[in-house]
Amino acid sequence: MTDLPDLRQQLPLGLAPRGYSGTIHRLAAGQAQSTLPSDELESRLIELGFVEGARVEILHEGIVARDPIAVRVDNVTVAIRRREAMAIIVA
Amino acid sequence: MEAPLMHLALVGTPNSGKTSLFNALTGSRQKVANYPGVTVERKEGFFVTPAGRQVSLVDLPGTYSLRGRSPDEEITRDFVLGKAKGEILPDLVLCVADSTNLRLTIRLLLELKATGRPLALVLNMFDIAKRRGVTVDVPKLSAALGVPVVTSIAVRKGGTAELLSLTDEIAAQVQAAPGQNLWRPLSASELRATQREADRIIASSVSLPKRPDTWTARIDSLVLHPVAGLVILLAILFVMFQAVFAWAQPLMELLSSGFDTAGQFVHDTLPSGLLQSFLQNGVISGVGSVIVFLPQIIIIFLFILLLEDFGYMARAAFLMDRIMGGAGLHGRAFIPLLSSFACAIPGIMATRVIDNRRDRLTTILIAPLMTCSARIPVYTLIISAFIPPRDIWGWVNLQGLVMFGLYATGITSALGMSFLVKFLMWRDYQPAPFMLELPDYKMPRLRSIAIGIYTRAKMFLQRAGTTIFAMMVLIWFLASFPQPPAGAEEPAINYSLAAVIGKAIAPLLAPVGFNWQIAVALIPGMAAREVAVAALGTVYAIEGGKEAAEQIGQVLTTKWSLATALSLLVWYIFAPQCASTLAVIRRETGSWKWMALTFAYMLALAYAASFATYNIALALGAG
Ligand SMILES: Nc1nc2c(ncn2[C@@H]2O[C@H](COP(=O)(O)OP(=O)(O)O)[C@@H](O)[C@H]2O)c(=O)[nH]1
Ligand SMILES: [Mg+2]
Repeated sequence: MTDLPDLRQQLPLGLAPRGYSGTIHRLAAGQAQSTLPSDELESRLIELGFVEGARVEILHEGIVARDPIAVRVDNVTVAIRRREAMAIIVA
Repeated sequence: MEAPLMHLALVGTPNSGKTSLFNALTGSRQKVANYPGVTVERKEGFFVTPAGRQVSLVDLPGTYSLRGRSPDEEITRDFVLGKAKGEILPDLVLCVADSTNLRLTIRLLLELKATGRPLALVLNMFDIAKRRGVTVDVPKLSAALGVPVVTSIAVRKGGTAELLSLTDEIAAQVQAAPGQNLWRPLSASELRATQREADRIIASSVSLPKRPDTWTARIDSLVLHPVAGLVILLAILFVMFQAVFAWAQPLMELLSSGFDTAGQFVHDTLPSGLLQSFLQNGVISGVGSVIVFLPQIIIIFLFILLLEDFGYMARAAFLMDRIMGGAGLHGRAFIPLLSSFACAIPGIMATRVIDNRRDRLTTILIAPLMTCSARIPVYTLIISAFIPPRDIWGWVNLQGLVMFGLYATGITSALGMSFLVKFLMWRDYQPAPFMLELPDYKMPRLRSIAIGIYTRAKMFLQRAGTTIFAMMVLIWFLASFPQPPAGAEEPAINYSLAAVIGKAIAPLLAPVGFNWQIAVALIPGMAAREVAVAALGTVYAIEGGKEAAEQIGQVLTTKWSLATALSLLVWYIFAPQCASTLAVIRRETGSWKWMALTFAYMLALAYAASFATYNIALALGAG
């Protein structure tokens, strides 16, 4: 019996293209180059609904460097910059 | 014995309808808007329950947690925890939720339970939730949370009935000793755990929406499109400024002829002399020339309130975030800066939603460069006197275009200034994160727009009746005394105090093309920009007799060169001519230094820009 390989690739939400949809696998606040300390970033993401298991979809992106992005998190739409979205690991 | 006043507080995430509830219950005049962070101060109102209990209700800024990350969230935290000085702890905290989106509010409610305050959950926007097929098992939810739960529709008549009877029920109960305050900031893992708990409770008693909000998705696919979205944003701004100029015209003419008639009436009924001059030149033409601008001020607020209530403002912040980032501004600064087009004071107060201190200070520093509505009278007067009302390219009004240009110059220099500030003061600047909920679009509510416009119009008229009136009396006095000696040849004003003062300052302003009459008008303009228009009216009226009072604009064309007019327009883009704005900057930044800096840089910019404009215009033959 072999472990089934993960069919979906894990990636930071900050790298995902518009139209991407997936589920939050974990938060890795330390990996984002945010100006916020990593606990603070993690807390804020959770407060906006970015928790493990939540469904996310990238609905829109801005004109400069395709940033920021508008992300549907379950029932809410949240605008966030790609830099901070690097902390959200999706699969 | 009368029962003591009961204290209620509204807490909840942004856009859950707290302010709408506050309005519905208290009927108070209070700003309502559909974007995160519009309630930046707490507001109190009063109402009486059906059982006759007196209640004080406090509307607090929206927040996702009690951690207090920005000045507005701190207000909410301090109030709920009773940390604010001299504050009474609320007897009941109403946690207001948008029923279509309960996750974040239920998590907040679980956090609020630790404060030990009596709590109730208000499931607001229940009409929208029903339409989308959300069903809530209210008793089960209430049991799982351990707090009373009621539904409400803040914007419908009678939509708060359940909440009112709950308030009575709670008021009637023997007050249990309030619990201990065990709240402390939660760590990320505790937050995560409360969110899990919230999600579990929701899963057991609430069904998810069957129908998503397709309208919001459809509108957003256009409005948030990287290119089309920006085009739409620019188009909205352009229409707004054209409207301010074009739509208001008929009403303004009506008002202006009304004041002329009143002035003429005074002129005809009173014997000529000091009293006649005071009433006609000082009071009616002075205050009247400011009130005439009421239609334009209403139109600009109408646009801003409509955009806020519709839910567009957060989108505008999204579209502008990276573009403003190029100038060192945060996306969240867009909303305060746009409000500054109406008035810099609410704009500067709205910067409380910006959590990073540097971002906030930069925004405060440049907010006064946004063309506020008090500049409109000055711009309108000079533009209609000196710029021909020609159509160019068939459909654009040249006067409207110049107006647009003045606004655009204000914006451009604000961006440049911000860039400079970041470059000079904060070289190690790193962009603070931008995270903002984009609320679902809502049909703007006639009532809330009407309340908003009514409050603004009232404030404007009050100013006209107090500050502006006082300034006008002062100006009239300075322009009328001392009286000319018998047999004097020159106009009376040339012998007055105003002439003495004006002529003393005039040499300083000569390089920018201002004469002594303008110098006189600029001084009371420090109290309120729009006074300058009225002051010019008074000065020229007393100089030129009653004909001049009726048509300030026409008189100006004979007294000023085009170069002087253009120079004064440019002066008004930059000059720090508003004492109340400076006072608010001092209060919001808590330092004289920032106030002085704002004053100094604006004055320097105004002088330099007017100097350049005047001399270039002269060189081009507009002298
Ligand atoms: N349909 C509906 N709209 C509501 C209700 N309550 C508030 N709104 C709208 O929701 C938006 C945000 O309301 P507001 O009171 O400013 O929310 P706050 O940020 O919590 O103060 C406004 O456009 C209101 O008109 C409600 O019960 N039903
Ligand atoms: Mg509010």
